[in-house]
Amino acid sequence: MSWTVFFVAIFSSMLINNVVLMRFLGVCPFIGVSKKTNSAIGMSMAVLFVMVVASLVSYLLYYLVLVPLNIEYVQTIGFILIIASLVQLVEMFIKKVSKKLYKSLGVYLPLITTNCAILGVAVANISEDFADQYGVFPGLAVAVTTAFGAALGFGLIMFAFSTIRERLEAAVIPEAWKGVPISLITAGIMALAFAGLGGIV
Amino acid sequence: MAQAKAKKKDLGYLANLTKGFIKENPIFTFMLGLCPALAVTGTVETSLGMGLLVIFVLVSSNVVVSLIKDFIPAEVKIPSYIVIISTFVTMVGLLTEAYAPALFDSLGIFIPLIVVNCLILGRAESYASKNNVLNSAIDGLGMGLGFLGAMVLIGFFREFFSTGAIAYGVYLPLAVEGSIVNLEWYILNIAVLAGPAGGFLVIGLLLGLFNSIAITKRNKKERERQKMIEEKKRLALERKRKKAMESAGGKA
Repeated sequence: MSWTVFFVAIFSSMLINNVVLMRFLGVCPFIGVSKKTNSAIGMSMAVLFVMVVASLVSYLLYYLVLVPLNIEYVQTIGFILIIASLVQLVEMFIKKVSKKLYKSLGVYLPLITTNCAILGVAVANISEDFADQYGVFPGLAVAVTTAFGAALGFGLIMFAFSTIRERLEAAVIPEAWKGVPISLITAGIMALAFAGLGGIV
Repeated sequence: MAQAKAKKKDLGYLANLTKGFIKENPIFTFMLGLCPALAVTGTVETSLGMGLLVIFVLVSSNVVVSLIKDFIPAEVKIPSYIVIISTFVTMVGLLTEAYAPALFDSLGIFIPLIVVNCLILGRAESYASKNNVLNSAIDGLGMGLGFLGAMVLIGFFREFFSTGAIAYGVYLPLAVEGSIVNLEWYILNIAVLAGPAGGFLVIGLLLGLFNSIAITKRNKKERERQKMIEEKKRLALERKRKKAMESAGGKA
């Protein structure tokens, strides 16, 4: 296994299979929290942190607990419980360690439990069989890298979209199309642009 | 008396069922469950399949949540709802894999993701945890049907405008395979709508369309009200004038 694997994992999960625009994960925060650039950045940071840790823990849970016990079918329940408790734990940890960080991220953390990007990336890491391709522990590294890239892609899109939306606020738009409809159409055009990146890797 | 009361209650059930169709439609008014609405609405059949799965999970989780709502401590409310929902999602996933494998493959990751569909958790938290079992089941069915209707509408536009036909029997196990409304027209060949961008575009356009209909209706109502107020004002003024004239005539 060479280093190119990690490069490809980051690049493809960040740009080519972008979580929001190509895989439709995490669309709710994408529409809901992207009105201001500051909150978009805060949300993306929280997602980055939780997504990487959740992928790590869920991967370990799957291969060290569920597979030896032969109960792979409780995957969904196990993962969502892990994510929910992890979010709670992260919230308490941040509150204890840094008041400043808690102020900027704290509001977004409870929302993350129902962010489908987190569960989606954790499940996708299992269904893509990194463990079969590279072995369990090298596969873990690839899975975490993929999650890191996916979170970076989420942040990139959130940032770009929030700047566009700030401009849209000032634009003259027919009343019926203000707000969500015009944002969805903007997102559609962004998805078209990102579709052009397909096939690079 | 008892009959009248029962009738009133029936109407309540009906209103409870139909409120999710248009007025409180989960996708188009609350923007809940947008991820599956964008991701699996490439064809009518996959949207229909997803809608059916969501109805099943929503009704069952609503029933169970409303059954055990008195036993759940408030601190662990959300985690317990999530466990209940994910149990039903796991069941539904296994059933789909067994009886409709093509649908299972095409929905893929979005079957486990029903767990984090905000619609289901939202109904459990805001409705089923406060109401009785029957009402919760009806609420789940109505909301699920509203979700299904919106999904099929989006799926219809995406499939029709990208292929000019509506295929059936490809993903759902119907035992027959074919397609309806086969139209050959160069406009019905917009491949973009079948791709990832299509979901965003179609939902955005539909939302704008519904908004503009709602705004036109509201303006019309407003205009009618304004008209009525003016008419009343005119009548009152006329009456006043008449009275004044009469009294003036009496004096003279």
